[in-house]
Amino acid sequence: MNLQNILTEIEKVDAEVYDKLDSRRNVMKSFANVTGKLALAAVPLALGSMFQKAYGRGTGITDVLSVLNYALTLEYLEYNFYLKAVASGVIPAGAPTAALTTIRNHEGAHVTFLTNAITASGGTPVSFTASQFDFTAGGAFPTVFTDYAVLLAVAQTFEDTGVRAYKGQAANLISNNDVLTAALNIHSVEARHAAHVRSMRRANGGLVPSGVTVKPWITGNQSGIGTSAVQASYNGEEITTQAGINIVNINAQSISANAASEAFDEPLDETSVRAIVAPFFA
Amino acid sequence: MSTQQSNSKQVLVLDEPLQKNVSRRNFLGYFGGASALLVTAAACKKDNNTSAATGVDLGSGDVGILNYAYALEQIEAAFYTKVALSPYSGISASENALLTDIRDHEIAHREFFKNALGTSAIATLELDFSSINFASRDSVLSAAKTFEDLGVSAYNGAGKLIVDANYLLLAGKIVSVEARHAAYIRDLIANGSFADSTVIDANGLDMSRTPSAVLALAAPFVKTMINASNLPTS
Repeated sequence: MNLQNILTEIEKVDAEVYDKLDSRRNVMKSFANVTGKLALAAVPLALGSMFQKAYGRGTGITDVLSVLNYALTLEYLEYNFYLKAVASGVIPAGAPTAALTTIRNHEGAHVTFLTNAITASGGTPVSFTASQFDFTAGGAFPTVFTDYAVLLAVAQTFEDTGVRAYKGQAANLISNNDVLTAALNIHSVEARHAAHVRSMRRANGGLVPSGVTVKPWITGNQSGIGTSAVQASYNGEEITTQAGINIVNINAQSISANAASEAFDEPLDETSVRAIVAPFFA
Repeated sequence: MSTQQSNSKQVLVLDEPLQKNVSRRNFLGYFGGASALLVTAAACKKDNNTSAATGVDLGSGDVGILNYAYALEQIEAAFYTKVALSPYSGISASENALLTDIRDHEIAHREFFKNALGTSAIATLELDFSSINFASRDSVLSAAKTFEDLGVSAYNGAGKLIVDANYLLLAGKIVSVEARHAAYIRDLIANGSFADSTVIDANGLDMSRTPSAVLALAAPFVKTMINASNLPTS
């Protein structure tokens, strides 16, 4: 393989190739380094990854801003929910109030962070006020701020859905390292929230169907919530095959279908998430 | 664009322009040819298996990152396997059940990576848990917290190093489960510490760490030399 020739050919169809990669000389220099270390067979792999980084998957700044505004919308939803929840008076004092206050503060920080990121990048951040939300979801949860168990059930659904929503956007951010990392750093915080709210629901016991144990992780497609109103947030979580590899009893290890589903959280696309949260917007 | 991780507020600014407009057709045009090379390269890829005595080389590119994840999952799975075999004194039924769940999740992750990597998988690591007192709840949970928080920061930091979107999604599917584990373990140690300020900054962001930082923190638990020098850095 002649790298010089490949670069020359690329230059013919894309005159700006070196702006994306680096200067031609640096490309050759870095490849001199790479080829010194790697077997020749590995060079095309390294080359492919270099170009994929430069060209991404067609995600431009408009797409990234759109993802950020979508994330910001979800953060506004969560933040406004916890604002009202903490002020509702139905959360027991002590650890439960402290925990939901911590979560409220994180969601508020996410709103600020994403708003600033969008503004600094020349975009227009979306913005919502309290009156734009209906946390009864059109009457599905009429006691959301008067019944602690219902409040926790809605909180769990928001957190588990948020985890799936961020996960579903990772591929759309693959060509932008800093935004991807920031999104991942929010994603795992939402998962920590989800785990804690699930433990709160286990301790409280309200709205937990009989025979179901609510764990910090998602078993099968169980919501652990005694209403079908939240089921869309859990459908698809029951998958036990990843990248074509069956996880159940993998390599003769004793891994149940439940454990196999718990071990991997599943993404949701934007359309599905927007449909799930739509009833919470007034 | 820049991000500064510090105690102060983080400012995130997109590059402008993020990337120049490239005709997707052009891009696919020259990669149609390259894909044949990639297949050949994969077929010729040499087996990375090395004995524990001489160390392991994680490799480069996405394979290197998958091996890096495989190494971390090996540590976690082996740790929780020991915890489940000899539960600490005073363990409750609920703790025992959920720590056994975590063991199964980590074994599932480990075996998944092993199979996904195939002949490119590193060998089984030789581990050293001598600093952990498995009879002590405090010692076990403290180590578990270290491993889980480390795992979360490792996957968060590795995301940007992954080229293939399918692998990125898989890492995403795993990292949130590690974060659930981390929150649970932290709450066992001190209820309410699931996402405290030792791991979450003022922007509400979790930590990310580079592979070298992660491997340095994992080193006390690993006897096998791990060569990460060929991993991607951006």
